[in-house]
Amino acid sequence: MGDDAALLVNALRPRITRRRRGDYELRLPPEERAALRSLPAQLRALLEVGDDPSLRRLFPTAYPDDPLREEEYRALVRSELTDKRLVSLDTMQRTVDATHLSEEEVLAWLGALNDLRLVLGTRLDVTEDMEEVPDDDPAAPAFALYYYLGWLEEQVVEALS
Amino acid sequence: MTPTAPPLTAPVETDQPTGDEETRLDTPWLVIVWNDPINLMSYVVYVFQKLFGYPREKATKLMLDVHHLGKAIVSSGNREKAELDTFRLHEHGLWATMQPSW
Repeated sequence: MGDDAALLVNALRPRITRRRRGDYELRLPPEERAALRSLPAQLRALLEVGDDPSLRRLFPTAYPDDPLREEEYRALVRSELTDKRLVSLDTMQRTVDATHLSEEEVLAWLGALNDLRLVLGTRLDVTEDMEEVPDDDPAAPAFALYYYLGWLEEQVVEALS
Repeated sequence: MTPTAPPLTAPVETDQPTGDEETRLDTPWLVIVWNDPINLMSYVVYVFQKLFGYPREKATKLMLDVHHLGKAIVSSGNREKAELDTFRLHEHGLWATMQPSW
């Protein structure tokens, strides 16, 4: 994500702000857009396969004590939960180079960023009291991406609130 | 992103005794959100406000209950309403379950 000096300068600027006319300005440096660019397609590919264990946080159990109702619930909602996620991922992918987003597009970004964090966090087995991952850890780049997505999502939530 | 209601369904046929079911029709189901290490606190507050129309203070209190106590009851109602609320929470990536209050 760029050299340290660029990161420091860029870190001071909010990435997304609401404008008076009701849309949103998206100020992402090119290296961040590059980091985000391939993510929607990667998650879409996982969703289309559908049974990857890292997807489990996207399809939680509604009735933990009632297998029959749970089965019925899953049959009802599974495809709808998947389809909505695909729509949000498509929107994020389509607007990854945009400088302005409508509110609907920002909501899609929020959903896509949150889904990406859920899947990446599940893969990385994130815990609440996790120690910092050393730079030379093979998983360090994935953790960096995970924390970056959280930082960006935080700003999206703030812009929407 | 306005959620669509899942189709309402007929009651499930089960082998469990259902003798008390009728007296329980008005008894609410509880929708519970569980703590998880991934979702951002600010995002959880935002979702509670958006889905349930809770004021920021109440949404924040519920989020802190989830965070510190491990879970919180975020809504209740008949089974259809509880299932819809659970679905909307799932749509937003929160770890929600539902259970009868009896």
